[in-house]
Amino acid sequence: MSALIEIDRLTKRFGSFTAVDDVSFAVARGEVLGFLGPNGAGKSTTMKMLAGFVTPSSGTARICGEDVVDRPVAAKRHLGYLPEGAPTYPEMTVAGFLAFVARVRGFRGSEASDRIAHAMRLTTLEGVRLQPIETLSKGFKRRVGLAQALLHDPPVLVLDEPTDGLDPNQKHEVRRLIAQMAPSKAIIISTHILEEVSAICSRAIIIAHGQVLADSTPAELASRGPSLDAVFRDLTLPKEVA
Amino acid sequence: MGGALTVARRELAGYFATPVAYVFIVIFLIMSGALTFTLGNFFDRGTADLQPFFGFVPWLFLFLVPALTMRLWAEERRLGTIELLLTLPITQGQAVLGKFLAAWAFCAIALLLTFPLVLTVNYLGNPDNGVIATGYAGCLLVAGTYLAVGAAISALTKNQVIAFVLAVAVCFLFAAAGSPVVTEFLSTRMPALAEIARGLSITDRLNGFSRGVVTLRDLVFFASFIGFWLFANAVAVDHRKAD
Repeated sequence: MSALIEIDRLTKRFGSFTAVDDVSFAVARGEVLGFLGPNGAGKSTTMKMLAGFVTPSSGTARICGEDVVDRPVAAKRHLGYLPEGAPTYPEMTVAGFLAFVARVRGFRGSEASDRIAHAMRLTTLEGVRLQPIETLSKGFKRRVGLAQALLHDPPVLVLDEPTDGLDPNQKHEVRRLIAQMAPSKAIIISTHILEEVSAICSRAIIIAHGQVLADSTPAELASRGPSLDAVFRDLTLPKEVA
Repeated sequence: MGGALTVARRELAGYFATPVAYVFIVIFLIMSGALTFTLGNFFDRGTADLQPFFGFVPWLFLFLVPALTMRLWAEERRLGTIELLLTLPITQGQAVLGKFLAAWAFCAIALLLTFPLVLTVNYLGNPDNGVIATGYAGCLLVAGTYLAVGAAISALTKNQVIAFVLAVAVCFLFAAAGSPVVTEFLSTRMPALAEIARGLSITDRLNGFSRGVVTLRDLVFFASFIGFWLFANAVAVDHRKAD
């Protein structure tokens, strides 16, 4: 099998506004793709279309060969998705929430409890397993969202700002976790933190106004200018008319 | 179906994890009991049946059920969990059905908790318990129709107040369609509409159930009514989910 994630001429229009404009790329097993761009560039919309939440205006995407528009349930089985802001049900306990996700994903009995225990171990949630999610700090909530995405050990991970709101230690933990899983999965993460891209991504795509502006390794991108920051600004800020 | 039941289980547990369930049940029990004994003249009627109770329940549900459904999808949107729910490997139809079944099961629990009324009439007299059973079945079907309407409306708006007011208004339309005021007014001016209004009336259908008469026509009516609104719900979720 070639690429686990294939995005094929994906376009999303809201009225006359084009949020994502004819975006195509593929991500293979072992790749960690950093998805970069200013706010409103179309990062989240692209990820939502890949996750089957937003219906594309045209084009499509495939996860492990399953079309997200034609075969949404099959595509979603192969996907672990952390939506922006890591939404979870606030009144549920961590264990209860993960048990719900495990059931929906078709795990029963001891397999379900093993998977839940494993996901909690990966995201160090054991200490709060019986606490209602609404009583947890932002960092813990984010990790609950992450645990939910990792529960079924999916071949494809799409994480929308996985380290947003975490303290430096927790950021380090999540990056370590992603790096550890990288060889066996295709992973897309979106982020605003450019150092994160250099630290964990094997490839970076810069997107602005719905279009892909650069697609390269973080090192190559950084070498185009004095720093990755400068290159990012140079690519995404509108050109001054001289 | 498995996906729908899993969603339903989570939803139902969610009701009881918040004060919503207890407030709903307590208010429902107090109001239904109080209305039956005061306005319904439970004792003075001199007949051992639950006619007054079955008369009041649909009107109570008219306000209480939309209070239950207003948060159904609006809350998921507010919390952003709709994105989580709809990116799990279930169809939108399963999510819609699961939420509906949970709310319906919850209404069934509220109805079951009125059992002291049944015990009371059985203690005081010799009621026809078959009629009582069909009366309860009718109330449950009315709850189901209001739930289906309310849930579909909840999927259309992020605002819970709008969802509540619209759901009450639409449910009232179907509840009042068979009332004498409406049918008399329509039959003098628009006879064609009067027949349609009577046909769509929920309270008219319930009358049969509370007298112990269950016809296939009524069952088909309730099933297709609920089915139509659940379908509308799925369409609304599909179109408005990411707004």
